[in-house]
Amino acid sequence: MTILQIDFFYFLEKLLLIGGVITFSLIIAMYTTYAERKVAAVLQDRLGPNRAGPFGLLQPLADGLKLFFKEEIIPLTSNKLLFVIGPALAMITAMLTSAVIPWGSSVNIFGRNVSLQIADVNIGILYVFGVVSLGVYGIMIGGWASNNKFSLIAAVRGASQIISYELAMGLSLIALLMMTGSLSLKTIVEQQMNGAWGGFLGWNVLYQPLGFLIFLICAFAECNRTPFDLPEAENELNFGYHQEYSSMKLGFYLFAEYINMFISSAIVATLFFGGYDIPFVNETTLAHTLGGNVVALLGVAALLAKISFFLFFFMWVRWTIPRFRYDQLMDLGWKKLIPLALANMLITAIVILWLNK
Amino acid sequence: MASLTNRSKVLEQTPLNLMERLYLPSIFKGMAITFSHIFKKKATISYPEEQRPFSSVFRGLHVLNRDEEGRENCTACGLCAVACPAEAITMEAAERQPNEEHLYHEEKYAAKYEINMLRCIFCGLCEEACPKDAIYMSETFAPSNFTRQGFIYSKEQLLIPDPNTDKEKYQVAKGLRELNKKNK
Repeated sequence: MTILQIDFFYFLEKLLLIGGVITFSLIIAMYTTYAERKVAAVLQDRLGPNRAGPFGLLQPLADGLKLFFKEEIIPLTSNKLLFVIGPALAMITAMLTSAVIPWGSSVNIFGRNVSLQIADVNIGILYVFGVVSLGVYGIMIGGWASNNKFSLIAAVRGASQIISYELAMGLSLIALLMMTGSLSLKTIVEQQMNGAWGGFLGWNVLYQPLGFLIFLICAFAECNRTPFDLPEAENELNFGYHQEYSSMKLGFYLFAEYINMFISSAIVATLFFGGYDIPFVNETTLAHTLGGNVVALLGVAALLAKISFFLFFFMWVRWTIPRFRYDQLMDLGWKKLIPLALANMLITAIVILWLNK
Repeated sequence: MASLTNRSKVLEQTPLNLMERLYLPSIFKGMAITFSHIFKKKATISYPEEQRPFSSVFRGLHVLNRDEEGRENCTACGLCAVACPAEAITMEAAERQPNEEHLYHEEKYAAKYEINMLRCIFCGLCEEACPKDAIYMSETFAPSNFTRQGFIYSKEQLLIPDPNTDKEKYQVAKGLRELNKKNK
């Protein structure tokens, strides 16, 4: 159906995909809070939440309802407009990143080839970086608008931490991008799928282990997760930048953190672990026997499995490693990770030149 | 500096070697430790469904005992109140009337018998002091209430179920007690 030279089915398909991805990330974020508590419990020899529903599976719903019913307090001395914008911004920037992640190859619905990616932007990873750096405004504005010393300190800490680690993150990625020669996430995934062993030997983590490590550490810092959770540092700063927040505004901040975790797991899986590539399986030959749609859905499942592993990894690290001191954090970021990333970039460049000679 | 006790030890602080400065090996070691805890036995239980076994000498809430015919054992002698270090027990004695022989074991009985569970320290001295086996401590514990007044248990709340009217409950209460006695 084409009216005014606009393909309305295309419009509809993208709208559905956007709705699906947003709902999906919200549900995942909800259940990540549950998983966090459960993982924390089993790592500490406890049972974890098991009261609401079977195995406590309704716990996130109960938590959400609780947050909705809490009294919403806006401090008198706060900047009211910014106070409201802060959590909204944190949430929006967290959700925006999911637009360029390829969730799967493409499915065939009624003869239409529907790509399981909202937008295959040719500067995909750059877009991610742009949006992630906006995320710092959520923290900064929230901390500033609260008009509270602890919140402000936490917000300043958070801002400088995120900006410092973005550098190392970007530098570690440059090495990867020199190999792929493309910024589009879809292209990066397709290149990995062409590797030997059904794509497994094409995974970028095998060629860029150092880059992966730096990227992962920086992802922890960008998500404000332990060991880099200095902006919220509950026992030094009384929960930091969202100290004055209550009700669902607090919920938004907490939620945004979990969505960020989900998205950064997805990006790590996409960039370094083959995205929706099923390891040891050749997708094209499998598509002949099972049909393209089934393989595409299996690919989505493979991506989700990788993402779940990284989500678990985030929690696993959280309950293992204690928090950094602030000077150690800056030391690690500026004096260790950035030189390492630069060295990694240089070595990669030399190897690429050597191979192409 | 001269040592006072000659027991002080000089700690050797060697600078970290490369592997230690990388931190990653120790981080992986730590993560292996936390991961191994997933498979360990859990230290906590799902409380109301599961309960931990009590020691045989556990001292829970008090029960006022009856004899086999359902008569109250207590003669309101006051020994338990005297023995009580927390002064949690109060009682008023009364004389048994001729038509009340099926209610009370002896000629004297407690018309009022109250234990303040907020004062009680569950030491069990009342149980030891009782010459008539009229008071003993059960395995029920952690009473809850909305008011302080609610924690002052009256005689009706303390008495064991009557075997004449409520045989089953009496048997349950009694059975638990016999079991405990055997274990002691």
